[in-house]
Amino acid sequence: MNQLTTWTGYLPFLPEIVLAGGAMLMLMAGVTFGERSGRVVNSWCVLVLVAAAAATHWVPAGRLSLFDGSFLVDDFARFLKLLTLAGSAGALLLSLDWLSIEKQQRFEYGALFILSTLGMMMLISAGDLIALYLGLELMSLALYVVAASNRENLKSTEAGLKYFVLGALSSGMLLYGASLIYGFTGTVSFAGIAKATHAGASIGLIFGLVFLFVGFCFKISAVPFHMWTPDVYEGAPSPVTAFFASAPKVAAIAIFVRATITAFPGITHEWQQIVVFVSILSMALGSFAAIGQKNIKRLMAYSSIGHMGFALVGLAAASPEGVQGVLVYMSIYVAMTLGSFAVILAMRRQGVAVENISDLAGLARTHPTMAFLFAMLMFSLAGIPPLAGFFAKFYVFLAAINAGLYTLAVIGVLSSVVGAFYYLMIVKTMYFDDPVASFDRMPGLLRLVLLVSGVINLLFFAWPAPILGAATAAAKSLF
Amino acid sequence: MTWPILSVVTFLPLLGAILIALMAHGNSPVARGTSRWIALWTTVVTFAVSVLLVTHFDTASAEFQFVEKHDWLGIAAYHMGVDGISLPFVILTTALMPICILASWTSVQKRVKEYMIAFLALETLMIGTFSSLDLVLFYLFFEGGLIPMFLIIGVWGGPRRVYASFKFFLYTLLGSVLMLLAIMAMYWQAHTTDIAVLLHHGFPTGMQKWMWLAFFASFAVKMPMWPVHTWLPDAHVEAPTAGSVILAAILLKMGGYGFLRFSLPMFPDASHVFAPLVFTLSVVAIVYTSLVALMQEDVKKLIAYSSVAHMGFVTMGIFAATEQGVQGGIFQMISHGIVSGALFLCVGVVYDRMHTREIAAYGGLVNRMPIYAFVFMVFTMANVGLPGTSGFVGEFLSLIGTFKANIHVAFFATLGVILSAAYALWLYRKMIFGTLKPALAGIRDIGLREAVIFAPLVILTILLGVAPKPVLDVSAASVTQLLANYNRAIAGTKTAEAAPTLTTGSAQ
Repeated sequence: MNQLTTWTGYLPFLPEIVLAGGAMLMLMAGVTFGERSGRVVNSWCVLVLVAAAAATHWVPAGRLSLFDGSFLVDDFARFLKLLTLAGSAGALLLSLDWLSIEKQQRFEYGALFILSTLGMMMLISAGDLIALYLGLELMSLALYVVAASNRENLKSTEAGLKYFVLGALSSGMLLYGASLIYGFTGTVSFAGIAKATHAGASIGLIFGLVFLFVGFCFKISAVPFHMWTPDVYEGAPSPVTAFFASAPKVAAIAIFVRATITAFPGITHEWQQIVVFVSILSMALGSFAAIGQKNIKRLMAYSSIGHMGFALVGLAAASPEGVQGVLVYMSIYVAMTLGSFAVILAMRRQGVAVENISDLAGLARTHPTMAFLFAMLMFSLAGIPPLAGFFAKFYVFLAAINAGLYTLAVIGVLSSVVGAFYYLMIVKTMYFDDPVASFDRMPGLLRLVLLVSGVINLLFFAWPAPILGAATAAAKSLF
Repeated sequence: MTWPILSVVTFLPLLGAILIALMAHGNSPVARGTSRWIALWTTVVTFAVSVLLVTHFDTASAEFQFVEKHDWLGIAAYHMGVDGISLPFVILTTALMPICILASWTSVQKRVKEYMIAFLALETLMIGTFSSLDLVLFYLFFEGGLIPMFLIIGVWGGPRRVYASFKFFLYTLLGSVLMLLAIMAMYWQAHTTDIAVLLHHGFPTGMQKWMWLAFFASFAVKMPMWPVHTWLPDAHVEAPTAGSVILAAILLKMGGYGFLRFSLPMFPDASHVFAPLVFTLSVVAIVYTSLVALMQEDVKKLIAYSSVAHMGFVTMGIFAATEQGVQGGIFQMISHGIVSGALFLCVGVVYDRMHTREIAAYGGLVNRMPIYAFVFMVFTMANVGLPGTSGFVGEFLSLIGTFKANIHVAFFATLGVILSAAYALWLYRKMIFGTLKPALAGIRDIGLREAVIFAPLVILTILLGVAPKPVLDVSAASVTQLLANYNRAIAGTKTAEAAPTLTTGSAQ
């Protein structure tokens, strides 16, 4: 208590304060300067996210906790917060040119991104079930609104509504699960639950755990709670889809990992089965269902379902190596996804956005650099070495093998081969097919994001130490 | 060597690829010329540097030489080195690349820049595969080769190129992912991915079997062994000439190299147990695919099936686990690399002129193309295994080696030699002899560029046939050590199985 009497006690909370203050400031600026200020305000929002990242970096080292353990700052949180902020900033950068071209440059857009990111940051740091729920709802409510931000478009509003209804349902289930857990353990803090479930769990607690997992699986769009993903991905404005596919996934998987590892270490055997089951289903469905897709955003939706399945392989291992694998996976996944969406957002002919995979035909001849980087991203998402995506899969499967989950690992690598098929289809369309009409010139910011993502993808193997080292330290802080 | 010669050899081609990417713009004649010349010079210089490897190689030692080791992934290191088993393959790769570039000089006019980049990137990955001494690094190079080869088949290939490239990619990937899991399991067992250490690790017998099967899945597809060979004819038929050459000459050898580097020394017990399986598959491959080759109407398909048959000799020789068998397997791979590569180049010569690979479309070529007929004859004879050509040495050694291990297998494999003579001579008669087809009346004999391509291959084929000793000497020490370790491990397991009763008996 004493530490909160001085302002320095709030220092671990600084990144969140920056985001909250920044969001309000940006909203006020928007209101003051009117609709025309949209682009400037949204650009400034990127800087707010960067400032929050700097603050995250600046927070004192070590394991800190605030508000009676509801808010934890450890290496795990630091790693994932930086990753989330990078994902949000990347998605916002991708949005700026798109919003201008589509004449949807509204100042609320950036502020909603920041508020959603704030929710993610609180989610990542959550140390009990109440903080978890608060963070999750703040994140989700902002996401529902941005999904429907193209309010004249039927598909966009439908996407927003669908996401909201199903999201509310899953929040309800999560809350129900949380209340069951509280009922059977008498505490909401993860540390307390861990103590209470030390010697095994009652059936009621298991029920609570299952409901809690339903909520998590919905947020990371793991099978069988993935139904909303393809529709929302397709309907939402493309940069919003890029956002959905990156930062919120990181935050959701972060709390999934933190909650299961820190609150339920006593009943690992029980939750491991669920994670293995969900993981196998997600990998398989993500691989098979994507094959028939014509729309590239729908394809990315199934691809992200599959990738969440692969990330969960690391969690299923329930070991520091596994968590490290999840963290490496998510880092690389975010970089790959943002790069891929940079290309998807650049798919535009005479000012009209196109979304079919067949529109990419012959891209290797009309835009060779863009096609090369995109093709490498596709190979990377398929997990082909020496690209970054290989290392992502490598570390999660390494952990799974160590944990003795051989069936999971074999099914996982086999479904990655099936998944390789549809990534190859995109490469085939770009490289083997005859060119169709060329795309418009790629806007500068999209080039920047694609280039950064492409460089990370191509050169990850040359200098993997920083991410691997940080992920190892972050994973250790949970055990 | 004070400088990292292996890394230089490995990454020089990649440097050339980057240079082409930076210097050549668009698809203008100038850009095409720049790409070709840079690619040619890069591969020639790479070959020149790799010759230093041979001159500085100590053939008396079975140890890894030119070793480089740096920290990399934490669990895996950047560890490079060659021994007598891998060096011949490195040289084979660097020697064939300039020939491949030259072979594509005029036949590839579409997207030349990308073509050359893909080939140079592929060369880096192939050399890396043969010279990496770390499992993860090996896997990186081994699998990475899929990307450029996929593009080479798919972009510059024939009419069914999409099907062929997908089949090639997915088949090979499916085999390899299981090997990746085995690599991980090996890491957790031995806590290292260092190949030099793992060679002497001694995995538990039960684990060895699973590991062996997982590695087998990968290498059998790559080799390719019957019945997982079906991707090869498709890939060969659709790939451009140089792509077929690389595929037949080097990519297939990765499978055989893998057996020699991993399966035999790291899982000796499992290799011993599964040897009958390999023998059976090899014999089926030799006899069955030879029969299939007899029925082909497409020249490239015929040579592709003959490759599968010849690789059957390799797997048979390797798993016979005798000095002659293993040596013969290595020699056969090198010889097949030269001969089948050259045969695909021969097909490329007439394909460039007539744009068809139908055997029926050709006939009487000797009347218009005497030099070509001679060159083709040399390689046909080498393919048949005529004494005096390199093909004979490899087949003969692997048959002798197998004879020591299993007479029945050797018997049936020898049948394959007869069949190979049947299809190869039949092909030669159809294409070269007989009356000249009217459509071929204006066909030109091989020109200077093509002569430059074929001359070294003809010389090597005959030279290695007459004097195979240099190649055999390079690999001798490493093979001897490999087999010594193998036999010690087998003997150790046998005594261990027999031991319990003995030890309990003596203890009392």
